Amino acid sequence: MIDKTVPTSAAAVAGIHDGATVMIGGFGTAGMPSELIDALIAQGARDLTIVNNNAGNGETGLAALLKAKRVRKIICSFPRQVDSQVFDGLYRSGDIELELVPQGNLAERIRAAGAGIGAFFTPTGYGTQLAAGKETRVIDGRNYVLEYPIRADYALIKAECGDRWGNLVYRKTARNFGPIMASAAATTIAQVRKVVPLGSLDPENIVTPGIFVRRVVAIDLADRTARPQAEA
Amino acid sequence: MKRYTREQMATRVAQDIPEGAYVNLGIGLPTMVANFLPKEREIFLHSENGLLGMGPAPAAGHEDPDLINAGKQPVTLLPGGAYFHHADSFAMMRGGHLDFCVLGAFQVSVTGDLANWHTGAPDAIPAVGGAMDLAIGAKNVYVMMEHLTKSGESKIVAECSYPVTGLRCVTRIYTDLAVIDVRPEGLQVIEIVDGLPFDELQRLTGVPLAPPA
Repeated sequence: MIDKTVPTSAAAVAGIHDGATVMIGGFGTAGMPSELIDALIAQGARDLTIVNNNAGNGETGLAALLKAKRVRKIICSFPRQVDSQVFDGLYRSGDIELELVPQGNLAERIRAAGAGIGAFFTPTGYGTQLAAGKETRVIDGRNYVLEYPIRADYALIKAECGDRWGNLVYRKTARNFGPIMASAAATTIAQVRKVVPLGSLDPENIVTPGIFVRRVVAIDLADRTARPQAEA
Repeated sequence: MKRYTREQMATRVAQDIPEGAYVNLGIGLPTMVANFLPKEREIFLHSENGLLGMGPAPAAGHEDPDLINAGKQPVTLLPGGAYFHHADSFAMMRGGHLDFCVLGAFQVSVTGDLANWHTGAPDAIPAVGGAMDLAIGAKNVYVMMEHLTKSGESKIVAECSYPVTGLRCVTRIYTDLAVIDVRPEGLQVIEIVDGLPFDELQRLTGVPLAPPA
């Protein structure tokens, strides 16, 4: 019997090695797998390259991983925020490397990795500092920049429900990078609010099929009472 | 000098968004446009973190940390709205499916080059987000900004001195002094705030403007 569920977040992050490239889902804190990040901090892997849209908020989650000095380089689109003080300090002191990527290029480079695409031409960023030195081409009269995939050794993502085959459904805008990161990493680890019996997820509505997922851990948070009763 | 207020600027942009339009409103002043869209029009608001059919902010106490906009503020979803992942969201943007985006700016050039992501200051921490995708992706790229810097220099320039976000992408500029179209033949003034003569607008702006018809 195939069972991708693991009992604890510590078991979920086992094996992540020093120097690994780790994708971390989330847009700000929506969809950020904070408990998996905490487990990664406890696990001790260092010299990591992290791929995320942002570079941490406040002092928890990704910010805590940065603060623990485990991250050598971050690939992201929007590091500077009102509460990105941990990243800001590391960046200004030269203690972290930043690869800044336009958000859509970040998403597409991740998608391309998962889809087996060798590289792609995109109009985004043409003529800007962020395309400096990159190969360009005119296609049908329009200017494009060549961008390469971003692959990872691990992806840590958060979903709402999963089953023992690794099928996932998400919740609202917490979906964000989860589905594409799941496909772009050699080992994808999903924290879910609930593990449900095989067959209970509607196959028409499974967003991430289990082929993209290696480990699933249930982490039910009690602090979600603010959820609205009806979304209309 | 009389100027349009921020509310008047947002109202003016909102008037130009037609029924059925797919629209992305940037962070800051452009976000205000949502409050002034005519109620009788059905307009689809897109937020690049992954939703279409975005509604207003929730009532106090009904915020949901899993339902936010690109500015990471709590929002709601209208009936008929949809969630999707980031690659799909940026396909909507880059793929030319959005009819309008409204963005803030540091500078716009006479040819429609946009600078709005980085001041270029050596000690600044750069952040770009989805600005470059919106700039080249939406069918109409509208900019909302103050006409002049705090020191009185025009933000409409011959050539951007700040790092650019996209080239030849801005189609219309809404400032606190005027509404100006960016056309292949040059900048065409559409409207000027009441009481400001065209010659004075031209003097303040510096780069050549065509007067309103």
